[in-house]
Amino acid sequence: MPTQSVSVADVTTMAQLARLDVPEEHKEQLARQFGDILAYMDVLSSIDTSTVEPLYSPVLHKAAPRPDIAVNTRQREAMLHNSPAQNSEYFTVPRIV
Amino acid sequence: MADYEAVIGLEVHVQLATASKLFCSCPNHFGSAPNSNVCEVCAGMPGALPRVNAQAVHYATLVGLATHCEINQNSVFARKNYFYPDLPSGYQISQLDLPLCEHGYLDVMVEGQSRHIGITRIHMENDAGKNIHAQHENVSYVDLNRAGTPLVEIVSEPDMRSGAEAVAYLKALHSIVTYLGVSDGNMEEGNFRCDANVSIHKKGEALGTRAELKNLNSFRNVQRAIEIEIERQKDILEDGGQVVQETRLYDAVKNTTASMRGKEEAHDYRYFPDPDLLPVGISDEQMAAWRAELPELPASRLARFTAMTGLPEADAEVLVSSRAMADFFEEAASHAEARKVANIMIGALQRALNARGCTVADTQFSPAALAELVNIVENGLISATIANDIVPDLLESGAMPEAYVKEKGLVQISDTGELEGIVDGIIAANPAEVEAFRGGKTKLMGFFVGQVMRATKGKGNPAAINSLLAQKLQ
Repeated sequence: MPTQSVSVADVTTMAQLARLDVPEEHKEQLARQFGDILAYMDVLSSIDTSTVEPLYSPVLHKAAPRPDIAVNTRQREAMLHNSPAQNSEYFTVPRIV
Repeated sequence: MADYEAVIGLEVHVQLATASKLFCSCPNHFGSAPNSNVCEVCAGMPGALPRVNAQAVHYATLVGLATHCEINQNSVFARKNYFYPDLPSGYQISQLDLPLCEHGYLDVMVEGQSRHIGITRIHMENDAGKNIHAQHENVSYVDLNRAGTPLVEIVSEPDMRSGAEAVAYLKALHSIVTYLGVSDGNMEEGNFRCDANVSIHKKGEALGTRAELKNLNSFRNVQRAIEIEIERQKDILEDGGQVVQETRLYDAVKNTTASMRGKEEAHDYRYFPDPDLLPVGISDEQMAAWRAELPELPASRLARFTAMTGLPEADAEVLVSSRAMADFFEEAASHAEARKVANIMIGALQRALNARGCTVADTQFSPAALAELVNIVENGLISATIANDIVPDLLESGAMPEAYVKEKGLVQISDTGELEGIVDGIIAANPAEVEAFRGGKTKLMGFFVGQVMRATKGKGNPAAINSLLAQKLQ
């Protein structure tokens, strides 16, 4: 059961959602490659797993939870200076509304 | 006008009152200086690894157990992808396919009727930061203190049919999370937030298109926004129009909803399991321990308190409005008559708390003091009127009632000798009223009692005054 192929329009939508500027001339190639990846996944889908216990993660152990202890590990100044734009208190971004 | 039925579902976000954030150790604290509780994890820096907070899983599980959910002892975090400056990593860590809790319900009372409201799911996720927009500036400011705060999102089935039902469900949920102690539940501070999906349709026909309402930051606004939205949709359908699926923002000042333009592009969050996080596993032993920890919940306490006091449910609701209030009542009622304890709490105490804008836990007043207050009315030391009058002072000072009334000279005058003198004086001073009374205007008894009360500054024992007057006025 082949997956429906990926169109150039799908690539455009995905590029918009990911905020990526994909040149027109690359879209066809990307659509074909996405389609190939999905087709490969179809190989997995063809196996009947209805009687198999779900695998929650490929890693077999569970998350090691962290005890709820509050610790400030970073200075504000250090955090702010890792960003492209800031003032003394806030990260700043181009006006949103 | 056709007979429309409204269909309402709520999405409630509850901030969990943990000490640290969901995936990092930054303090989970409202009101800190901007960006002072931020690290590389909650700032979404590449390569920083999240680790789940054990207490958040514990609290979220308690919410699920208290709302009759099935708990998935294996639950999985997923990334919900979208771009907004308050979400520095470009995705929210949430749960999709395997949420922590599913298939729960709450039974709530609405206008004397019990309503069964299904809960589809409860999942864990992290909160976003806050954007601040200054006027006349070309930038927006971002504060990431809130980013990473643990939330549970509680998604109801579309089982509500009116604004009143939605609010009843919401209040039940609010009292559960505050009883459990897993959230402060402060709506103004955003601890407890609600979005509502509202549609209408003609009875017997297919469901209508829904609008999602946001910015509902009080119980009152939830009800008003839903009611106004139902009316708006009715008007559209009556005029032959069609409801558009969209997000609408409630404006409490104008009491209207308005479309949030610019956010209408179809959401495609491209969820996928978060590769940075392993599944959350809860062992059977852990589940048993958490189940055993559940306190008695408000609905069950309300039933018990109405039985103890004989009060109607609507009155007794004040007693279970918070866990502190219910504990206070329970303690006081173990040392004095429950009905009388309840009456003071519902009346004078509630008024005094409202006037101060605080809860019983914030005052000096103790359950022992309330029990003593009821008992000194009972044994005739003070009148019920004085008892109610002094509640605000007792709240303020933390004084014990008996010592307080003795010090302030508020002890009731039950001494018939002293009262007799006062009664004689009042009778002598009001000959016309005495004559009218004796002529058959027995309603004047109230006037005489009032005069004696005034002369004793409210301290006369009403029973003694009544019997003295009855005797003297014959």
